[in-house]
Amino acid sequence: MTSPRPEAAAHLRVEATGPLALPVDLGRPGWARAGVAPSGPFDLAAHRAANAALGNQPTDATLEILLGGLRLRVHRAVVLCLTGAPAPIRVDGLPLAHHRPFAAGAGSVVEIARPTIGLRSYLAVAGGFDLPAVLGSRCYDTLAHLGPPPLQAGQPIAVGHHHGTFATPEAPAPLRDLAAPLAVLPPPRPLPIETLRALTGSAWRISPDSDRVAVRLAGPPIPQPPGQVPSEGVILGAIQLPPSGQPLIFGPDHPLTGGYPVIGVLPRDGVDRLAQIPPGQVVAFAPEATTRSH
Amino acid sequence: MTEPDRVHRYGLDALLVDVPSAAHARHMAERVRARPGVLDAVPSATSLLITCADATAIPKLARWASDAAGNLPDLPDLAPATGALIEIPVSYDGADLGSVAAATGLTPREVIERHTAATYTAAFAGFAPGFVYLDGLDPTLRLPRRTDPRTRVPTGSVAIAHDYTAVYPRESPGGWHLIGSTEVAMFDAARSRPATIEPGQRVRFVEAAR
Repeated sequence: MTSPRPEAAAHLRVEATGPLALPVDLGRPGWARAGVAPSGPFDLAAHRAANAALGNQPTDATLEILLGGLRLRVHRAVVLCLTGAPAPIRVDGLPLAHHRPFAAGAGSVVEIARPTIGLRSYLAVAGGFDLPAVLGSRCYDTLAHLGPPPLQAGQPIAVGHHHGTFATPEAPAPLRDLAAPLAVLPPPRPLPIETLRALTGSAWRISPDSDRVAVRLAGPPIPQPPGQVPSEGVILGAIQLPPSGQPLIFGPDHPLTGGYPVIGVLPRDGVDRLAQIPPGQVVAFAPEATTRSH
Repeated sequence: MTEPDRVHRYGLDALLVDVPSAAHARHMAERVRARPGVLDAVPSATSLLITCADATAIPKLARWASDAAGNLPDLPDLAPATGALIEIPVSYDGADLGSVAAATGLTPREVIERHTAATYTAAFAGFAPGFVYLDGLDPTLRLPRRTDPRTRVPTGSVAIAHDYTAVYPRESPGGWHLIGSTEVAMFDAARSRPATIEPGQRVRFVEAAR
């Protein structure tokens, strides 16, 4: 575990948080022997875009901000960039553009409000947030309770040295097509065609008890396919069918193993979109037409 | 893809390989972790999950996994547990010790004797950091999970369910039968090997002096 810098060196202080603001980076793959799952950003593309705009490394930590509500006091000047769900940004009351690097001087207040669309915004700082790494990662795993914890009011945050050049960000991935069907890949093991069609043949509502561990779907119950499934390794995006018949899609803080049938898999870009779909919204799934990449 | 049925594509960046036993899954996991493009390997009782950074390594890995899974050593030839035998001191004060005794037709003392008599093999990890399924439970102690899982199982609880025994590394929900408790920390992220027990190691439970 590395130590953060002493408080005196902190560039920022958290004045307020919304429902959840937590540090994320590329996670901690490689610890399965210790029972530790990888974790990581829910919307990986947005995390990467925020770092890229500032010339950071992709491995630098950003803040995953659920539904805005974050207020930071700046003690030493920083350059920031917000991506993902387009939340209104104000520095000392001045509105600033999403998806663009912006400067905040010493003494200023940065406010990230509730996004107009989507759920999760990603705030990067030039140099990266300097938080204590746990098992090589500055990502907080909400299931395993590992890593630097969610931000709390009053918390000082140090910032690392910046060695990059600022980039002109590519246009943000549009969030407007949140209602378009999500492409779903086939499950790892063959299943009856009725089970597969049950997922793609209905509309599903995103349940309010969804979180970073799993997004739960509500709709017409899908009967269990025949046969027992022993507990085995699961991946991000795996769609699991518990006995309730209401599928759930594993998010970044999924457990290492799961014991129910997997009826499909969302690819990573589908999980990025899922990260932004609010509870209550109806989603549909379409079979992935062609296999990609080979 | 042309891999035979025992190697399954799992999403874009992962493979799931059917194997005959947890020992075989661990055997393959140790070998696959060093291969190019592999992020991690997750063994279970019947399969091995191989995760990759992206899809580029998948075709080659699928061929390797197919060959490896088709030429697995016989179980007795697999290296048994490596490293030191880990001893976990236990106070047999679990809330379910009485009901386990009743359900198995044993006395509580006999449950303790049978639980401490076995040498277990750490089969695979899962559920939570530091939680390891330990193989080798006395057949008379095998019970299904509790019908009413607890919302709160205390840290260090020593428990049994199905073919396994395990220690809960931290307070969590759980459906296993609690027969005792240990003060040994099962997981500490500050250690170079954070989990006290890793898959493949051997474990014994020792009744703590009262």
